[in-house]
Amino acid sequence: MASTTNEEVTFLDAINQALREELDRDQDVFILGEDVAGYGGAFKVTKGLLDDYGPERVIDMPLAEAAIFGSAIGAALMGMRPVAEAQYADFLACGFDYIVNEAAKYHYRSGHPVPVVFRAPSGAGVRGGPFHSASPEAWFAHVPGLKVVVPGTPTDAKGLLKSAIRDDNPVVFLEHKYLYRHEKEVLPEGEYTIPLGKAEIKRQGTDLSIVTYGAMLRRSLDAADKLAERGHSVEVIDLRTIYPWDSEMILESVEKTSRALLVQEDVRTLGIMSEVGAVIADEGFESLDAPVGRVTAPDSPVPFSPPLEDAFIPSVERIVEAAEKTLAF
Amino acid sequence: MVDDKTKLELYRLMTLGRAVEDKLFSLYRQGRLLGAIYLGRGQEATEIGAAAALKDGDTLAPTHRDLIAQIAHGIDIHRIFMNHFGRADGPTRGRDGNTHAGDMSKGILYNISMLPDGYPVSTGIALSFKLRKQPQVAMAYCGEGATSRGDWHEALNFASIKQLPVVFIVINNKFAYSSPNETEMVIESVTARAPGYAMKSATVDGNDVIAVHEAATEAVERARGGGGPTLIEAKTMRMLGHAGHDPADYVPEELLKEWEEKDPIKAYKQRLLDESVLDEAKIAAIDEEHKAAVEEAATMAEAAPLPDGSEVSDGVYH
Repeated sequence: MASTTNEEVTFLDAINQALREELDRDQDVFILGEDVAGYGGAFKVTKGLLDDYGPERVIDMPLAEAAIFGSAIGAALMGMRPVAEAQYADFLACGFDYIVNEAAKYHYRSGHPVPVVFRAPSGAGVRGGPFHSASPEAWFAHVPGLKVVVPGTPTDAKGLLKSAIRDDNPVVFLEHKYLYRHEKEVLPEGEYTIPLGKAEIKRQGTDLSIVTYGAMLRRSLDAADKLAERGHSVEVIDLRTIYPWDSEMILESVEKTSRALLVQEDVRTLGIMSEVGAVIADEGFESLDAPVGRVTAPDSPVPFSPPLEDAFIPSVERIVEAAEKTLAF
Repeated sequence: MVDDKTKLELYRLMTLGRAVEDKLFSLYRQGRLLGAIYLGRGQEATEIGAAAALKDGDTLAPTHRDLIAQIAHGIDIHRIFMNHFGRADGPTRGRDGNTHAGDMSKGILYNISMLPDGYPVSTGIALSFKLRKQPQVAMAYCGEGATSRGDWHEALNFASIKQLPVVFIVINNKFAYSSPNETEMVIESVTARAPGYAMKSATVDGNDVIAVHEAATEAVERARGGGGPTLIEAKTMRMLGHAGHDPADYVPEELLKEWEEKDPIKAYKQRLLDESVLDEAKIAAIDEEHKAAVEEAATMAEAAPLPDGSEVSDGVYH
């Protein structure tokens, strides 16, 4: 089922391909969630899978997040590799206990693997309002025992999801819903995976390191283009995996550029970039020629009305402005 | 019909459970045990009667109070003492304490404090048995207190929809910590909820090990045969506090007195004597055997090394 054409593939279809390939590869992989079977999921990520794999591999669940996540964990404890879907990342909260208490701590206590993936569409930008737009990666990155992945490109989404499914630890896999149909690219030919825990330099530069992930990758790259027009060489690094995150690559980049700007869509206080900034300050202090900059959403719920939501999500302009300030320091 | 061999084994397990817990309580009161203890005194008939219906390959999801059920499903009592003492070579290597032990090689889950998390997890285990076409059964325990939580209902509903091979045991021991039944629900019996899930159910005398064992065996074999889930409520009494530190002075004395008379081991012992399954010599021999086993396990555990602080982050990930 691997895609080997030269056609561009959307972020959404890349995820669908990853699921297909893992369903093909391993009989222990199965999907469970609300409306994932015949309907193909709220965003159609699992479209067509029921037809090709049947109702024992693609399981519609009642509207009951604790049952979905709890059941996924139980099957994982028996050695299966369930991929549980939350309809929106906001709804991970409805089964939070199972992810953070049951799954996250099981291996630490027992030494027994828990190979489960919790997939969920996250992020703002689709006028989803306060309950369909969250970027809850920091909730889960704060829980030892979980891995957290937020891909920013179709290629990464596919390769990282395949790795997440094969990982013997519980992985929270957040798919930015704005990217589902806005990002497309030609995928690498044939079978590939992308290791968890490795960031990637998406654009080389020498004057400033922008560290970001998820939907802010595209905006950071756009900002880097604008900054290039003004003579600034900007490096853009995509974390890809939020936990465990690749501090080594970030510190190497900052050593080269001497300046760092951290960009996240999530709210400001105690977001992922709070930790990235702390580690740069702690371990990269001598490399720095300027204070570490941050561009984030404000500390507010994600609002609905377009002027409000647009003010919430960091824009290319705000990234450029913050970058110039850091560059001018 | 429960045969004599099984009757004797149930007796042996119940008395071993009580011997282990009595020793733990004694160590706790002497200040030698680390952390908390959650004893199931008075519940032995249910703890043993239900879990003893399981076979090798079946799974058991106990709660904090179901240490004795773990014994019925084959946990080595050394693991229990090692875990209570927080020792390096215990089942959680000091990462967790008290009855939060387990043995995955025997299908005994490591329970957590949130209840009834073992219910949805066991539906998932049962789902895996069904998907893999394995003739195995998952059993989950909880108290009546946890039946107030939404995920209890989520588990029953899903198990029923998919007709999963799972047996749900509710030990109604009259109190959720300090809260009596009447503050928890308006129904007489938790099984009144079963028709809402079109689920087979049974309410049994939780102090009658044979009654519990027969009901559980029927449910386990029905599940194994593809007949779907069952809800069993065993009515009993928690004879001690919620935890070792709790004097439970909220429990009326007359109630304790009434249930002391119904002590499940005392009644069962008399029954087996009457039926000539047991005699006084056998009783004494079993007691001696338990005492020696418990003393050995407790002594070994207390003497075993604690984990090294440098290992604090070891094992967070596989």
